[in-house]
Amino acid sequence: MAEVSIRKVVKQYDGGVQAVRGIDLDIKDREFVVLVGPSGCGKTTTLRMIAGLEDITGGEILIGPDVVNDVPPKDRDIAMVFQNYALYPHMTVHENMSFGLRLKKFPKAEINRRVDEAARILDIKELLDRKPKQLSGGQRQRVAMGRAIVRNPKVFLFDEPLSNLDAKLRVQMRIEIKKVHQKVRTTTVYVTHDQVEAMTLADRVVVMNHGIIEQVGTPQELYHAPKTRFVAGFIGSPAMNFLPVSLESSGAALGLRVSNEIVFPVPADRAERYRPHVGKPKLLLGLRPEHITDAKPHLGPELFLFAAPLDVTEPMGMETLVYFRIGSAELCGRVSPTAGASDGATLRLAADLSQMHLIDDASDKVL
Amino acid sequence: MTAATVTEAVSSRRAYGSMSRDRAWALRWSYFFLILFVIFFLTPPIYMLITSLKTSTEVSAITNPWFVFNPTLENYRELLTSAQFLTFFKNSALVSVIVVTTTMLIAVPAAFALSRMRFWGSTVLATGVFLTYLIPETLLFIPLFKMMAMFHELTGIQLLNKWWVNLILYPTLTVPFCTWIMIGYFASIPKELDEAALIDGATWMQTLMKIFIPVALPGLIAATIFAFTVSWAQFLYPLAFTTSVDQLVLPVGIITSLIKADIYNWGQIMTGALLGALPPLIIYAFLMDYYIAGLTAGATKG
Repeated sequence: MAEVSIRKVVKQYDGGVQAVRGIDLDIKDREFVVLVGPSGCGKTTTLRMIAGLEDITGGEILIGPDVVNDVPPKDRDIAMVFQNYALYPHMTVHENMSFGLRLKKFPKAEINRRVDEAARILDIKELLDRKPKQLSGGQRQRVAMGRAIVRNPKVFLFDEPLSNLDAKLRVQMRIEIKKVHQKVRTTTVYVTHDQVEAMTLADRVVVMNHGIIEQVGTPQELYHAPKTRFVAGFIGSPAMNFLPVSLESSGAALGLRVSNEIVFPVPADRAERYRPHVGKPKLLLGLRPEHITDAKPHLGPELFLFAAPLDVTEPMGMETLVYFRIGSAELCGRVSPTAGASDGATLRLAADLSQMHLIDDASDKVL
Repeated sequence: MTAATVTEAVSSRRAYGSMSRDRAWALRWSYFFLILFVIFFLTPPIYMLITSLKTSTEVSAITNPWFVFNPTLENYRELLTSAQFLTFFKNSALVSVIVVTTTMLIAVPAAFALSRMRFWGSTVLATGVFLTYLIPETLLFIPLFKMMAMFHELTGIQLLNKWWVNLILYPTLTVPFCTWIMIGYFASIPKELDEAALIDGATWMQTLMKIFIPVALPGLIAATIFAFTVSWAQFLYPLAFTTSVDQLVLPVGIITSLIKADIYNWGQIMTGALLGALPPLIIYAFLMDYYIAGLTAGATKG
């Protein structure tokens, strides 16, 4: 068990491409941290640098108290689970899991004890004598995790471990991974491009983009208080709506002009914060789909009601997603399946502006 | 009227079944060419077998060459009891076994290094290995001969006309090709597998021995078979570099000892060639059992 510190780490490839551009991150002991971002954002490179599979161009990586920049992977006391499992095809599950221990010349009894323990945690006891090709995708992923667990390392590294599984199995394995972490409590760094995976698994999520860290925070922080437009748009599904607005002042109150007809009132508690930005040319209003709902009579006075003709509706069962336009912006809202939403119909909608975000389009920062 | 309707129905059904009709034709063509190939490749060995069962008199008699009228095993008896032939056989076997061993000892680590341990110039070296293979032996044997003569002048050690000179010569043919085959096989092993081994604490050597060699076993066997076949059948180098009867290997030995001036002892030549073809056949049949394709299945997502 150990903390992991990343200090001003840079990774530049031979061609001059900078995959990671000076990131700082402190991962606490026993913490489950998820690196998330679109492909090419540097998350896998960061993980591989922690593992020692990539050289570090600049900065320092510490595992526990030690700088490990020049320590080979085998001496870093880490275990890694790969996207495509990377099981040794000629070995049985037992041999796969015990390979690392056998190399380190552990006594046979201890090896068997650890393998049995890991197999019990992962519920793969009956698979120990099989070869990887006789296993399903989910079982292979369990074995890959087992191989990591038996080593009892300081840090677990997961590189998109669920990407190759089908949607249903992915949800199931996600829960498994969470359970395993609850049982084993090892510091974990987990890379994924799937924000749902990031939100559900992480103690803290690190959102990366273009080789830098956009924001670090708990899933709730990232969801409710994103600091940049990228984080606001990346976290949440369907994604947050962005629509260009201009901030207008009328006495003590502020209004967000969305179109000639619609001016959203700014909640009173935010008026002072936003006042310096009145008249700024490029502002974006960010509002999540669940904050645009069907207007119901019992809803509070903070809601702004407006009518919109619907372009497309997507009934999901427990809710219906509605897509409509205000000006040039396409917006998505979530309404009750009984709200009477249908393609082409006009629906009265309510925007919950207490949950709004105002974004400066020039700096991409949330104001 | 009824007949016409039926015909129409049949023809329209045929149009729907054109996939299976295409398949049937493809099969017919496959059989045609396969049979052609079988005839082409099996006729010479069959003719050799027929001739090996004939006496010299029958070989030169004007009879049907495809039939044995007085079959005899005399050719086999004579060759298998001839000390000379057994020496050729022994030389060939020794040379082939040692060459195969050295080839694999050099080619496998070389291929591993070139395909996995990214170092400065590794790509150029890998291409260099391949280019070496492209130089034909007919171009190489004269400079090699010269080199050995010079080596003799400088050191006093005579390399020419010794059976073991082949141990130095054959690897120039087998090592580049086997390295190239193994680079290909190693390249097909997912990179995550050696990274996993590296994290598990394996050294490069352990990764090679415990992961790569078992996983690339089909490739290793293919390379072994190739190296053996090349060594066993090599003709030009031993012909150029060895002359004494006791130093010859089988292919050269058969030709030099069984052709006396313009007298060809056809029966024994054919017998010798057939007996010489046996070891590669046996080895191939034996190794085929281990040549299990798809051994990497299950390593990664499947």
